[in-house]
Amino acid sequence: MKALLVALVVIVVLVVAVGAWAVGVYNSLVGLDQSVSEKWAQVQNVYQRRADLIPNLVETVKGFAAQERNVLTEVTEARARATGVQLTPEALNDPKALERFQAAQGQLSGALSRLLVVVERYPELKSNQNFLSLQSQLEGTENRIAVERRRFNEAVREYNTRLSLFPGTIVGRLAGFRPKAFFEAAPDAATPPKVKF
Amino acid sequence: MLAATVLALALTIPPAPTQRVNDYARLLPAEAQQRLEQRLTERERATGAQMVIAIFPSLEGESLEDFSVRLAERWRIGQKSLDNGVILLVFVQDRRVRLEVGYGLEPVLPDAVAAQIIREVIGPPFRSQRYAEGLEAAVAAVYARVETKGVPAAPRHGFGVSPATLGILALFGIIALILARDAVGGGRARRHGYTAGGRRGWDSPSVIVPPMWGGWGGRGGGGGSGGGFSPGGGSFGGGGASGEW
Repeated sequence: MKALLVALVVIVVLVVAVGAWAVGVYNSLVGLDQSVSEKWAQVQNVYQRRADLIPNLVETVKGFAAQERNVLTEVTEARARATGVQLTPEALNDPKALERFQAAQGQLSGALSRLLVVVERYPELKSNQNFLSLQSQLEGTENRIAVERRRFNEAVREYNTRLSLFPGTIVGRLAGFRPKAFFEAAPDAATPPKVKF
Repeated sequence: MLAATVLALALTIPPAPTQRVNDYARLLPAEAQQRLEQRLTERERATGAQMVIAIFPSLEGESLEDFSVRLAERWRIGQKSLDNGVILLVFVQDRRVRLEVGYGLEPVLPDAVAAQIIREVIGPPFRSQRYAEGLEAAVAAVYARVETKGVPAAPRHGFGVSPATLGILALFGIIALILARDAVGGGRARRHGYTAGGRRGWDSPSVIVPPMWGGWGGRGGGGGSGGGFSPGGGSFGGGGASGEW
């Protein structure tokens, strides 16, 4: 009788200890998952910020170089496509969705750098105050994009690591956590347009 | 992780500073440095916005923007809740400058204005080696913006941290503090009270806690300077501008 009681107490203590431990692991996974979502929101913010700059930029360039219709429509269309792809944090589990997002933004980056190359041919435009201001805003936004993408990747790495190591892998599988995709540097997005002062 | 190793090989980020003017390149005469330090201290007291200057001999092949934002992440200039910090970085041999602007000051000092300050205020005196003059003018220009536009009381952060998350973080922080104090002060007598298995669950949030300790470490370093300078824990998101002279 006494032995049974002792065994029962030991089992209850064990169950409580394991339960508390699992809850701790689960909570840390939830925290890391939430951090990834927050970082993703920032990534979308800075891309949106870039998209918001473009209509003004296109208008300004048009004022000096209206004949560059091809490159201007290319930028406008790439912008429309890029703003059309928005991902919810849940979609981050799907590498294909993130790839689509990256491809759309990469096309816009490519179109923008072609526009900035064309601009080189118009000295009047290059010395225009409004254009200079837009150009530094665009540079700043590209920098913000690089920063927020790195922070997002760091958060994903931390989350994925926790999920693939021992306690996390068991609790994660039971609770349905899945690894997330990284933001790869697209070849044409890796080098943001550079301007010299 | 890889980037950090590469960084360690080339140009390392100095620990959080204990003063506002950090001349690692020995570019400025002592009295100019002192004058700048005083000016920055006085402006910080008046406006709350924190500005720091860092002068390096060379980038040593590093990317300017990448180094700058990593330094900003480590130094945490500006008040924590307001993110109202500005860092002016100078790389002498590369002849490059960067104004790194904290989240909270982005509306006051947009990228275009930061670029203009570099182009029109810093550039001309720097081109004729009048470095102290250029830096003083830059400090005046930055704080002129802060004063006329005002420092936003509630920074638009963009991070969706809910009050609940903050509360939980604070709770974890307090628990960690208590545990740490017990571990240090309680000594051996209490060691038997801890069972490894039971505590593990509570140990895991420590992943979230380190930034707090990091911040405190920085503050401790600043306390000794006597000038009343301590980085306040402000965040940066890559705002600002870069330029050359």
